[in-house]
Amino acid sequence: MATATLHANEAHAHGHDHEHEHHEPGFIRKYIFSEDHKTIAKQYLITGIIWAFFGGALSIIFRLQLGFPDLNLDWLKPVLGEWIVEGKLEKEFYLALVTMHGTIMVFFVLTAGLSGTFSNFLIPLQIGARDMASGFLNMLSYWFFFLSSVIMFTSLFLETGPASGGWVIYPPLSALPQAMPGSGLGMTMWLMSMTFFIVSSLLGGINYICTVINLRTRGMSFTKLPLTIWAFFFTAVLGLLSFPVLLSAALLLIFDRSFGTSFYLSEIYIGGEALPNVGGSAILYQHLFWFLGHPEVYIVLLPALGITSEVIATNARKPIFGYRAMIGSMMGITVLAFIVWAHHMFVTGMNPFLGSVFMLLTLIIAVPSAVKAFNYITTLWKGNIIFTPGMLFSIGLVSLFISGGVTGIILGNSALDINLHDTYFVVAHFHLVMGAASFFGLLAGVYHWFPKMFGRMMNKTLGYIHFWLTFAGVYSVFFPMHYIGIAGFPRRYYSFTALANNAQDSFADLNAFISIAAIITFSAQAIFAFNFFYSIFKGKKATQNPWNSTTLEWTTPVIVGHGNWPGEIPAVYRWPYDYSKPGAAVDFIPQNVPFSATPESNLPEETEEIENEKEIDGLLDTQNSVYSH
Amino acid sequence: MIQEHLKDIDLSEQPVKPMAMNPQKFMLWLGIASITMMFAGWTSGYLVQKAEGKWHEFELPSILMYSTAVLLVSSVFMHTALLAAKKDNFSLLKIAISITFVFGVAFLVMQVYGFSDLIAHKLYFAGSDVAASWIYVFVGLHGLHVVSGLIVLLVSLVSAFKHSIHANKLNRIQLCATYWHFLDLLWLYLFIFLYFNR
Repeated sequence: MATATLHANEAHAHGHDHEHEHHEPGFIRKYIFSEDHKTIAKQYLITGIIWAFFGGALSIIFRLQLGFPDLNLDWLKPVLGEWIVEGKLEKEFYLALVTMHGTIMVFFVLTAGLSGTFSNFLIPLQIGARDMASGFLNMLSYWFFFLSSVIMFTSLFLETGPASGGWVIYPPLSALPQAMPGSGLGMTMWLMSMTFFIVSSLLGGINYICTVINLRTRGMSFTKLPLTIWAFFFTAVLGLLSFPVLLSAALLLIFDRSFGTSFYLSEIYIGGEALPNVGGSAILYQHLFWFLGHPEVYIVLLPALGITSEVIATNARKPIFGYRAMIGSMMGITVLAFIVWAHHMFVTGMNPFLGSVFMLLTLIIAVPSAVKAFNYITTLWKGNIIFTPGMLFSIGLVSLFISGGVTGIILGNSALDINLHDTYFVVAHFHLVMGAASFFGLLAGVYHWFPKMFGRMMNKTLGYIHFWLTFAGVYSVFFPMHYIGIAGFPRRYYSFTALANNAQDSFADLNAFISIAAIITFSAQAIFAFNFFYSIFKGKKATQNPWNSTTLEWTTPVIVGHGNWPGEIPAVYRWPYDYSKPGAAVDFIPQNVPFSATPESNLPEETEEIENEKEIDGLLDTQNSVYSH
Repeated sequence: MIQEHLKDIDLSEQPVKPMAMNPQKFMLWLGIASITMMFAGWTSGYLVQKAEGKWHEFELPSILMYSTAVLLVSSVFMHTALLAAKKDNFSLLKIAISITFVFGVAFLVMQVYGFSDLIAHKLYFAGSDVAASWIYVFVGLHGLHVVSGLIVLLVSLVSAFKHSIHANKLNRIQLCATYWHFLDLLWLYLFIFLYFNR
């Protein structure tokens, strides 16, 4: 079947080329300043992978300090230079490490690397579009991200160090250059970098939303969209509405830092002398920040959940359980994301009544989240599961999402949060539910769509080894952290010399265990990096539809050219999850196969749909007119 | 196998149905949504800070009242220009869009005069008090957006004088008009907001 389709496409290709006269772009236009969504996606992915290794390496350095406080680190001097003093990590640099680890992972890896990669790659391919609504804005989006990356990366090499006030950069610590070395030039560069990053996300998000709404192929109604697209769509909506608020918070911070205003500053004494700033409020910054900060959690998580829906349904050979419930729950999460931000601020002295309102809203998020988890499990239930590496990572995501989500119910409680706030319990919670889960989604997506991206397969065995080491590693790192957190260890502390009851001593073993597990998990990612880069050039050649999937991207040729489909864009007649349909000859029916071609497997209401097929086909001219300039 | 049945489908009937809205216009609306969120962030921040009590009552510079009127008038002429373009009435289009532009510039100049009025009352961007800083933020950052609006307007103005805007090519001026009306409404919101929440 695959070959037949290919030949048909080639025949079309000639006619198409004469019509539009596509010129083969030069190297720079093709690989560097490309407007092609697939190239931009790969640029995002590779930049994201490089950032992930930097972000991970930073965490290993501070894990060494936490797990082995007495270790002599002089051997790191060639890399870290003056940051190692007498065999010990400099205390200020430790703060810089946790700050940069958080910033890099949240924004550069799991926002740009995840959403940037897969929204760009999959939206046009899965909805049946030739490219994004605006290739130019899309290119700008990547290069703003690149610029922001360069600035952030440069700040790592400043003598005074990069920003060190935590990835949330709360004032007054971040607002006063004299507060700590990292609040000087490092902080300025952080703000510059993030401003460009916000511009990049907004340009990307506008493009994603516009493409999903405007450029769907004929027949692709909203209820026939794959769940990946729904997830990217909601992610873009979240970003579009929340990133501008971060920008407004950051601008006020810039004014406070550079122009002497006092939006966030009031009655501060340094060395016994009062600063002139009065009337500001540091809590205001937290409100504005978390109005982005909380949706950001879902900006990171939703794409991973969307990817998982797709990979699990494909490899369980079953339709996704509760397609509409999945959309509904994502919509619920999107709405709720905007009205729960203050649960990050329970201990800022806010009105307890307000606290209980935010607690209630926060706990409601458990409902759509549980619906999603339930639907993943019921999709797997009695499926003919094919354990590809992508599938393993998706199942891993479901596991992490549940075990990390359960502690969210505990932390969302404003009374319990008094005890647990800013302890390792929180660190364990969000690393499982948003960090590792999203990271697993990213990896699942890479393993699953690698054949479409590069026309080659990744090595399966290496994929399995990578999965098991990562899966066991992530749990070994973050599960013990819950106990450490309950024992009262605060996050972002350089060392624990003054805890009551010699707690440092009784938990020293556990901290060492976590550090060793972290090193193993991080090292295991080298297997992935090798597999990824090796397979780009030397991997086994992929077939057109290696996973027997139903969605449109697999109807393109193995090596997808500019414009995605050499001939006409296929029409869509059915939803994307017709797997193992009773009566059908094969266990999947692609979205572009009309009901009139499958009388043996149609349900009664689908037989009625046949009447509409002519209408769908009739839209071909209208669709083509969108692309004629 | 199944896909070969695709050939059998009759393509003779072709109902015309618009797929969706113009992508550029849609993108503009999305951009407007994000700018709105940014200003919503600031105005809610203003309210939070005002509620904390360390606040000084202040008088808005009276020139802001007049500048608001000027901006409203420019919006009316923007609309006139759009209607003229739809009717291919080129002389009216040129006059109306020029007036819009001139009024837009006048608005900016008046906002800057508003700043000097504040300074005369010893209300500075930094160093006096937060309430004053907020006015500078609102007026200044809205002004920055008006500068971007004037650039867009200038592009349309040049196109109008080159006769490249007409009833069959309205996209550019429609985008321009939407953005300009939005900036007008945004200022109206900020002005009323400041007026009632001093």
